[in-house]
Amino acid sequence: MSSAQGNETLKQPTRRTWIKWLGTTPLAMLVGCSGKPSAAFSGELLQPDLSVGHRIRDGWKLPQPTGAPSKHAVVIVGGGIAGLSAAWELQRQGIQDVVILEMESTAGGTSRSGKWEASQFPWAAHYVPVPMSFNRDLLELFQEMNIVTDVSADGQVTVAEEHLCREPEERVFHQGRWLEGLYPASIQEIHSTDRQQLEQFQLQMNQWAQRRDEQGRRAFAIPMQLGTDSDPEVIQLDQISMAQWMTDQGYDSEALRWLVDYGCRDDYGLTLEQTSAWAGVFYFASRLSGQANSIAEMESQPVMTWPQGNGKIVQHLSQRFAKQIRTEHAVTKITKQPNGQSMRVTAYDKARDRMVELIADDVVFAAPQFLASRLIDQWQQAGRDATTFQYGGWVVANLLLKARPSESKEDGLAALMAWDNVICHSDSLGYVNASHQSGADHGPTVITWYHPLLKDDPKLSRQTLLQMTWDDWAAIVLADLSRAHPEIETLIQRMDIMRWGHAMIQPRVGFMFGKQRQQAAESLGRIHFAHSDLSGIALMEEAFARGVAAARKCGAS
Amino acid sequence: MINRAPNYLLYLNVLVIATCGLIYELLAGTLASYLLGDSVTQFSLVIGVYLSALGIGSWLSRYVDTGVARTFIEIEIAIALVGGLSAPILFIAFAQIAWFRILLFGMVLLIGILVGLELPLLMRILKENLDFRELVARVLTFDYIGALMASLLFPILLVPHLGLVRTSLLFGLLNAAVGIWGTSLLRPLLSQRSVTGLRTRGFIVVGILVVGFIKADSLTSLSEEVILQKPIVFTQHSPFQRIVVTKDKENFQLYLNGNLQFNSRDEYRYHEALVHPAISSRDQVHDVLVLGGGDGLAVREVLRYPSVKTVTLVDLDPAMTSLAEKFPPLKELNQDSLNDERVTVINQDAFVWATEQQKTFDVAIIDFPDPSSYSVGKLYTTRFFQMLQKVLNDDAVITVQCTSPLVAPQSYWCILNTLSASGFLVQPYQTSVPTFGVWGFAYARYTGTDVSDTRPWQSRRALPDGLRYLDQSTMQTLFQMPADIAPVDVKINRLNDQVLVRYYEQEWGS
Ligand SMILES: Cc1cc2nc3c(=O)[nH]c(=O)nc-3n(C[C@H](O)[C@H](O)[C@H](O)COP(=O)(O)OP(=O)(O)OC[C@H]3O[C@@H](n4cnc5c(N)ncnc54)[C@H](O)[C@@H]3O)c2cc1C
Repeated sequence: MSSAQGNETLKQPTRRTWIKWLGTTPLAMLVGCSGKPSAAFSGELLQPDLSVGHRIRDGWKLPQPTGAPSKHAVVIVGGGIAGLSAAWELQRQGIQDVVILEMESTAGGTSRSGKWEASQFPWAAHYVPVPMSFNRDLLELFQEMNIVTDVSADGQVTVAEEHLCREPEERVFHQGRWLEGLYPASIQEIHSTDRQQLEQFQLQMNQWAQRRDEQGRRAFAIPMQLGTDSDPEVIQLDQISMAQWMTDQGYDSEALRWLVDYGCRDDYGLTLEQTSAWAGVFYFASRLSGQANSIAEMESQPVMTWPQGNGKIVQHLSQRFAKQIRTEHAVTKITKQPNGQSMRVTAYDKARDRMVELIADDVVFAAPQFLASRLIDQWQQAGRDATTFQYGGWVVANLLLKARPSESKEDGLAALMAWDNVICHSDSLGYVNASHQSGADHGPTVITWYHPLLKDDPKLSRQTLLQMTWDDWAAIVLADLSRAHPEIETLIQRMDIMRWGHAMIQPRVGFMFGKQRQQAAESLGRIHFAHSDLSGIALMEEAFARGVAAARKCGAS
Repeated sequence: MINRAPNYLLYLNVLVIATCGLIYELLAGTLASYLLGDSVTQFSLVIGVYLSALGIGSWLSRYVDTGVARTFIEIEIAIALVGGLSAPILFIAFAQIAWFRILLFGMVLLIGILVGLELPLLMRILKENLDFRELVARVLTFDYIGALMASLLFPILLVPHLGLVRTSLLFGLLNAAVGIWGTSLLRPLLSQRSVTGLRTRGFIVVGILVVGFIKADSLTSLSEEVILQKPIVFTQHSPFQRIVVTKDKENFQLYLNGNLQFNSRDEYRYHEALVHPAISSRDQVHDVLVLGGGDGLAVREVLRYPSVKTVTLVDLDPAMTSLAEKFPPLKELNQDSLNDERVTVINQDAFVWATEQQKTFDVAIIDFPDPSSYSVGKLYTTRFFQMLQKVLNDDAVITVQCTSPLVAPQSYWCILNTLSASGFLVQPYQTSVPTFGVWGFAYARYTGTDVSDTRPWQSRRALPDGLRYLDQSTMQTLFQMPADIAPVDVKINRLNDQVLVRYYEQEWGS
């Protein structure tokens, strides 16, 4: 037992961190020890498999297909969340003869995960907010996974405790200290205009959450297709940037603008200036039930997370469809069969270095739009265009730590590593602790560091991304983390770095309600599109909803 | 050869040397009796070894032929290093090595020999200037005055204000200063080369001791000693927490991260109240789980029942359980419970342990620290209590320490409500422990599938021998909750909000 009993309490004196970790080294070893630890770790520089894509782009002559084509009810192109969800829905409808073609060696796309002895860890997507009761399909998936245990008649969603992100959920490093939550000022110190604006902002988001159009649809719903597409005030938000909108509304509090900018970078990989105000508001309003009567009651949907991030969902689905998934199969062409009744999908089987052909009644195209023009024969003839579909580049580093960074007593409850650890005024988004959800607070862990590339032209971002070496990135990761954890270098045992070139769709100004996005979601004959980019916002729920919707279009004729 | 003027300075030298010598001896004796217990034996052994080492040193001095002055200063610097570092080294070593006694007496021997060499050499240096009768009289007088000063300073000033580690380093520095100063006093007797060499070494030793002084903060910080107002006899910075043991006259106290865990004076009240209401309320108890409680004191109470076949102790910190197994005063207090063959010690976070556990238990005793941080707060959540049920047999009984219901009513009732919400049948009870005040516990039964079973706590067997506080009728009274500890309206502690940690911070925070 322990008590913080009055006179027996012992206040830790202020110590600089180095003295603290010297404390664990025997005295004798200290004498003459130099300050600079050796960078005794290494790691790999990774990226999605570009070999086939780039070769096709550069005019590669493909080998001739061998053998007779196989026949299937549905062929799904791409084994990300969207593709896997399409398979899930097809199975619910009793359509069994389904094949998923995935070019990587594992399914999952941007929701895939990795595993070291210390923990599993995400390679990109790492959480999902608890779906609201109207997102029925997704709730069904989570019930099947025993994550959601109950959805009551009045819409209460119950989630098994271990799947909800445990406290401490997030903390922010600001002016040399960790603070609980994400707001970069402690409650005691918060300036009155800052507080006023924060409250005003929250109230306004709650109003957006309460707003319904003439058909009774929410202004901002997840998935976004369930929200309004007719409310002019909502649609107009897409015409300006979030920065502009905040200025128009009189939000000049630096702390608030940082918080919203952080939200945009976190969910969209865009700055406040680059993000469509529709998406900026969506980030907050779509996660509020709108039922709160006061600020105190106002809480976003709780977050569900797992050590492997959304890899948890990928694992569930890919286990179920283990027989249907063909990995290392990169689709190179999708054409209409001469009879006009079915589709021919050609894919390069990397492992065997050969071409395969599949004939399908329907095709679910669950790869991103920017590939559609290259892979689908009739796409351009149909007058389609995807030039406004822009994808941001991201760098994600997974770091194996042999122990946790030291904690400072002055940080109080924020001293303990949280799930999400954000460094204020950094280009990165900070890091997520993979072993958080397993309940381990000590010993080795894996942390996942996120960094969106924020150049106005995503092509330039991608160039930077590809030019830089492992050493370059490792130095950036170290410099960033060292701000909050000066001794981090001595704790790292391995650092693998993933470069995502076309990581996620970007909801820039005008994209959400532009013509291209609307058109892209429409089927092209027997090809039904399903990818999170159709929603303009890269979320698991969107990928899932798009997959389910595409599956429902199969077998229509 | 040397000027007459600095002669009295050389006597001052004798004084310092003598004081330092005795201080090192006292330090070793005190540390030995703090750490190993049985102060009479430890002190007489240390004195015996030290005195005989002085003899060896004196005898060895005859082998020093040339360069007497240089050798003298050389030895001075060596004593500064060894003596100055003696307490910190012993302090650190105690927690880390098995051959602590060998190290202890080895150091006493070494310091003794070096100190033993000093005076004969100094007398040989001075004999050039004084007649023998005068010399012996003066040197020995100063030697004994130094001893007197040391024995007065040590208990009155040094231990209470500086602590053992800093005292040791401080006298090391004094010794080194004397050595360096000696290079100018005895300048005429030294070559230029040896002066440079000696001074370099002298300053290196000073540097080491100064580093030690700075670092001493992580062993025993000054403020710690001042706040605790008791001599610190043991500290360790484990990767999980800071462990500090203090000692006053008869008793010792254990602190984790600055929070008092127990005082040996009255811990039996707490541990008897924690353990016996659980075990005595069940007919058969074979397998007992103790969570937290790395001090082995709850296990001591459990082992009083001959029917107990296995005890599994899960405590996060190996440093804590190994202290309970090896640190003599604690080992004595817990009656060597952790070395009992029925006991298995597992060093793991109980939260992680519970997810992986197969074995099941009849009784669980939960003795976690108070929920002052999220990493401890998670061990009081519905999630944790539900995981715990998976390792309990049907009709298992648990007791939980729940902080003070008087100081922290919201925290207390939050833990009880959380237990109920997790499916336990819960009853509050309390006791008073002078060091802590009124302390609260929860008695909870896991009835498994049988929900109709709502029997309250009842003693079902005789209490074991050896209890100092509880008997059957006292145990009944623990369950009578006074009016000032009435239930309050609080939320349930869930993993994803951990309200308990906030209640606790409000109620205990300064
Ligand atoms: C850094 C980062 C962090 C993120 N964090 C979150 C988060 O926390 N929560 C959240 O909900 N979302 C997050 N996302 C968004 C994430 O992208 C979506 O949740 C979701 O995984 C998107 O799935 P998808 O199926 O639409 O697309 P993708 O994941 O892009 O899947 C497309 C799949 O198609 C395959 N493919 C492409 N071309 C071909 C071809 N020619 N032949 C065969 N296969 C092909 C790809 O290999 C890939 O597996 C994050 C994204 C990134 C980049």
